[in-house]
Amino acid sequence: MADTRPIRVLVAKPGLDGHDRGAKVIARALRDAGMEVIYTGIRQTPEMIVEAAIQEDVDAILMSILSGAHMTIFPKVMDLLKQNEVDDVLVAAGGILPDEDLPAIKAMGIKGCFGPGTSTDEIIKFVRANVQADRLTADV
Amino acid sequence: MQNITERLLSGDRRALARMVTLIENESPQARRYLAELHQNAGRAHIIGVTGAPGAGKSTLVTHLVREFRRRERKIGVVAVDPSSPFTGGAILGDRIRMMELAGDPNVFIRSMASRGSLGGLSAATRDVVRAMDAAGFNPVIIETIGTGQAEVEVMRAAQTVLVVSAPGMGDEIQAIKAGILEIADIFVVSKADKPGADQTVAELAMLLSLDPHRRHHDKSKPYWRIPVLKTSAIKDQGITQLVDAIEQHYQYLLESDMLANRTQRQVRSEVEALVLHSVMLALKDKVTEAEWQLLMEDITTRERDPYSVAIELQKRIGLNNK
Repeated sequence: MADTRPIRVLVAKPGLDGHDRGAKVIARALRDAGMEVIYTGIRQTPEMIVEAAIQEDVDAILMSILSGAHMTIFPKVMDLLKQNEVDDVLVAAGGILPDEDLPAIKAMGIKGCFGPGTSTDEIIKFVRANVQADRLTADV
Repeated sequence: MQNITERLLSGDRRALARMVTLIENESPQARRYLAELHQNAGRAHIIGVTGAPGAGKSTLVTHLVREFRRRERKIGVVAVDPSSPFTGGAILGDRIRMMELAGDPNVFIRSMASRGSLGGLSAATRDVVRAMDAAGFNPVIIETIGTGQAEVEVMRAAQTVLVVSAPGMGDEIQAIKAGILEIADIFVVSKADKPGADQTVAELAMLLSLDPHRRHHDKSKPYWRIPVLKTSAIKDQGITQLVDAIEQHYQYLLESDMLANRTQRQVRSEVEALVLHSVMLALKDKVTEAEWQLLMEDITTRERDPYSVAIELQKRIGLNNK
């Protein structure tokens, strides 16, 4: 049974913008792909996101941000994950992420960046392919 | 590194989080760990919160947690939302309402999908509560999925059950129906700032006045008079009184023999469920999918009947009863 369990994903919206339509569409698409999606709602601080990811023991964190604060918020999230020794969780981001920031974002350890126009299928495939397989089967 | 149960007992929340995952996934190791944790559990007051979708359960739980924090308690929350019957996926949205609690290390919230279980909980809920209990959280609050009239599973997991209704959700006939309204230890009428709240309170009070136990209880024993309490999250009203009532109910359970009584009944249904689960696993072990296919075809073509097939399979897993 352990090898067929649903993937658990945290969909979070950091930053002060309230544009969560995209996050909700992604949450719904992942649900329809058979995943368990914990949706946190808007205006999450890095501390809230990391604490939720720990308590919910998710396999992936997807952050959506449109306000332009990503270069402030993403490093904080990644630092907090490191401080808490969370090293087996896939992190990806979406929203308005300017091309010139993408190399820096990837260098932080954020594996996927998805801008406007990305199909939900692409995101589902990405999550399935990149969630650490051992998390889904390991007993400890 | 210490093992996971030791880490959990020493308050490591990542160990608790991972334990919950193992329990949810029915990992073979989970039962062994739970057996180890059993003697450390049993200290928490387990509170169930149930009610129709949109009645205000998550909001109420948030306010309960806040009030319990004021009373310097460490609170565990298990919030169950439904899984899709088609894809198995789920949106677990209870954290949205509980946003203000995030980041407090004395509050541990876990969202669970029902994963096909009926009754308002998931099959693993009780074990998850046990893990939080052993980790030192007290109380542990279970928020059920939005329930209809018959999802009463929470009474087999909680010691104090809150049934939440909002104004304008049904007439008094709804209130005299059997089912969920019978399992309340405390009635909560939420959104009391809305019109119709007093009428809802009056209807519930009417229902309670007809309760035969009320007149015929043993006067020498403690008696719990089910209260109907109004709360308003917007106006921040009624929460202190509600938490007082919850604590009084626990006191009542301790002073009467009701706590032991309830616990024993719950433990029994738990052991029964474990045995049933083992039967299912044995069946899975002994009967291949291909064989199932053939048997089902035989039954649908009327070649064989379901009853004799069941007897044959029972014998195969060593059950000899008729």
